[in-house]
Amino acid sequence: MSEDIATREAYGLALKDLGAVNDKVVVLDADLSGSTKTSNFAQAYPDRFFDMGIAETNMTNVAAGMAACGKIPFISTFAVFGTGRNYDAVRQSICYPNLNVKIACTHAGLTVGEDGATHQSLEDISLMNGLPNMTVFVPADAVEARAAVFEAAKIDGPVYLRFSRGKTPVIYPEDHVFIPGKADVLRDGHNVAIFACGVMVSEALKAAELLYGQGVSAAVINVSTIKPLDKETVVRYAQKCGNVITCEEHSIYGGLNAVICQTLAEECPTPVRAVAVNDVFGQSGKPDQLMSHYHLTAMDIAKKYKEFGEK
Amino acid sequence: MDNLELKKIAAEARKDIIEMVYSASSGHPGGSLSGVEIAALLYFEIMDIPSFTDPDRDRFVLSKGHASPLLYSMLCAKGVVPKEELKTFRRMGSRLQGHPDMKKLPGVEMTTGSLGLGVGAAVGMALAGKTDKKNYSVYCLCGDGEIEEGSVWEACMSASHYKLDNFILIVDNNNLQIDGEIGKVMNPYPINEKLAAFGFDVVTAEDGNCFDCLRSAFGKLTEKNGRPKALVAKTVKGKGVSYMENQAKWHGSAPNENERDQAVNELDMELARLAEEEK
Ligand SMILES: Cc1ncc(C[n+]2csc(CCOP(=O)(O)OP(=O)(O)O)c2C)c(N)n1
Ligand SMILES: [Mg+2]
Repeated sequence: MSEDIATREAYGLALKDLGAVNDKVVVLDADLSGSTKTSNFAQAYPDRFFDMGIAETNMTNVAAGMAACGKIPFISTFAVFGTGRNYDAVRQSICYPNLNVKIACTHAGLTVGEDGATHQSLEDISLMNGLPNMTVFVPADAVEARAAVFEAAKIDGPVYLRFSRGKTPVIYPEDHVFIPGKADVLRDGHNVAIFACGVMVSEALKAAELLYGQGVSAAVINVSTIKPLDKETVVRYAQKCGNVITCEEHSIYGGLNAVICQTLAEECPTPVRAVAVNDVFGQSGKPDQLMSHYHLTAMDIAKKYKEFGEK
Repeated sequence: MDNLELKKIAAEARKDIIEMVYSASSGHPGGSLSGVEIAALLYFEIMDIPSFTDPDRDRFVLSKGHASPLLYSMLCAKGVVPKEELKTFRRMGSRLQGHPDMKKLPGVEMTTGSLGLGVGAAVGMALAGKTDKKNYSVYCLCGDGEIEEGSVWEACMSASHYKLDNFILIVDNNNLQIDGEIGKVMNPYPINEKLAAFGFDVVTAEDGNCFDCLRSAFGKLTEKNGRPKALVAKTVKGKGVSYMENQAKWHGSAPNENERDQAVNELDMELARLAEEEK
């Protein structure tokens, strides 16, 4: 494993490289270009970068208009403002008319840290999942983040990309091929299937190792496309393992757990346990302290397995 | 209150701000420092706050919630927050959240942090006051970048529609937001004319870090004429710490130990000067 890299860093670099090969790509930011890393693109292509100021709703509508004129706008801000503040604009101006806008947000989830609850989006996946025409990518590492940016540009329609603030382990080799809509089995197993997304994927891998030490064989599946969900893989692994744990740095409602439970309830009823934020807001703190406090660590995932009882 | 006392409060508040951001290794010094004189004048001279639970108290809403250290420094000076507790800023379990949380800390009138929302909430407090025929006023401090949010203008529209002359909006016009100068990032100027067009009585404080200047500006905004009030205060971002002044990079970064020492040094010198003056 190489050094840890934040997915937002990978986003910024990928965006710049995408700009080089696709001149339809334009980037809009809302006074956070240094943090979202769109500054990389801004420096390389100043005439295709638009700082919209602290006005996220307008940024979203303007992007819709540019898409209607053939551009491929990427709009960036923190996840809480890029999905929540502007939600109606995303719904009405982008998703309903199915316009080609990429909502690429950074600083998702608790790992925002010290800024606290106002800045920790734990509902963004839920909000974006609920919208027809939307594709939802939650990359697990820098390699996947980069690939997701290029794949998003190939899709003719709205895509939500969720990136993190903090540095996270790089899971994939550089030549890894990210296939949109396909869940990726990172580790095979037969006692429990652990489905994870984003920063929780590396925790899930650590949990599988912990469980292995306890004689439990855990499969780890990276669900980096939440929508459309790879139902085939979800059902196959639920069938194979008979127990499912879902892991996400997000509310227990409306995210990965929700879509997996929905799928399994219809196609393969299976006991499922959630590692997610249990319907509360976050607070200020160091990212790792918060992840422990809200029970989002490898240890918490491994502990969840006990809830399935003797098998 | 006399200016000397106010200046001492301001210098102490600046020290508290620096210590908070330093001990948290994160937070927003620039916009906290620019608003010190505004907040000190409000809390120690203008606002009538018998207690923070008194329903008739004047209210202060920090719509630019990232300047929480400014608010906490005032609540400390008011005796609501013990000095020791300032060190817990931004730590797990603290009442001093990164952005102000009204349910965690008494004295915080409104939970803020997402820019552009506090102004409307402050209008709501003013509207409730009018509805209940109360005499309190609501003072709302917002950023000059923050006013790029459309919701600020919706709030202004409603303040003037409901004739809220008990609502006073203060724009901390330090001329900077995160990505740079406000006029270059997304120009919100001319601010005074816009507010006037929204039905406000508008006054400029040419030096928003000067007590006399602010006092005289606020003095022009007391008429009960059915019009909401706005004070555009031309301030210096990072005011009082030489290397932070007018530097966008000090919007949201914390000083290291050396930088902290230098800042505290400068502020201690200011306090010594004031003590000299007093003699
Ligand atoms: C809705 C929203 N968008 C973005 C941010 C991130 N943000 C925090 S402070 C800031 C700049 C604020 O500039 P200004 O209002 O001028 O504040 P000041 O200079 O007084 O610190 C931004 C963009 C936020 N807190 N809320
Ligand atoms: Mg400003």
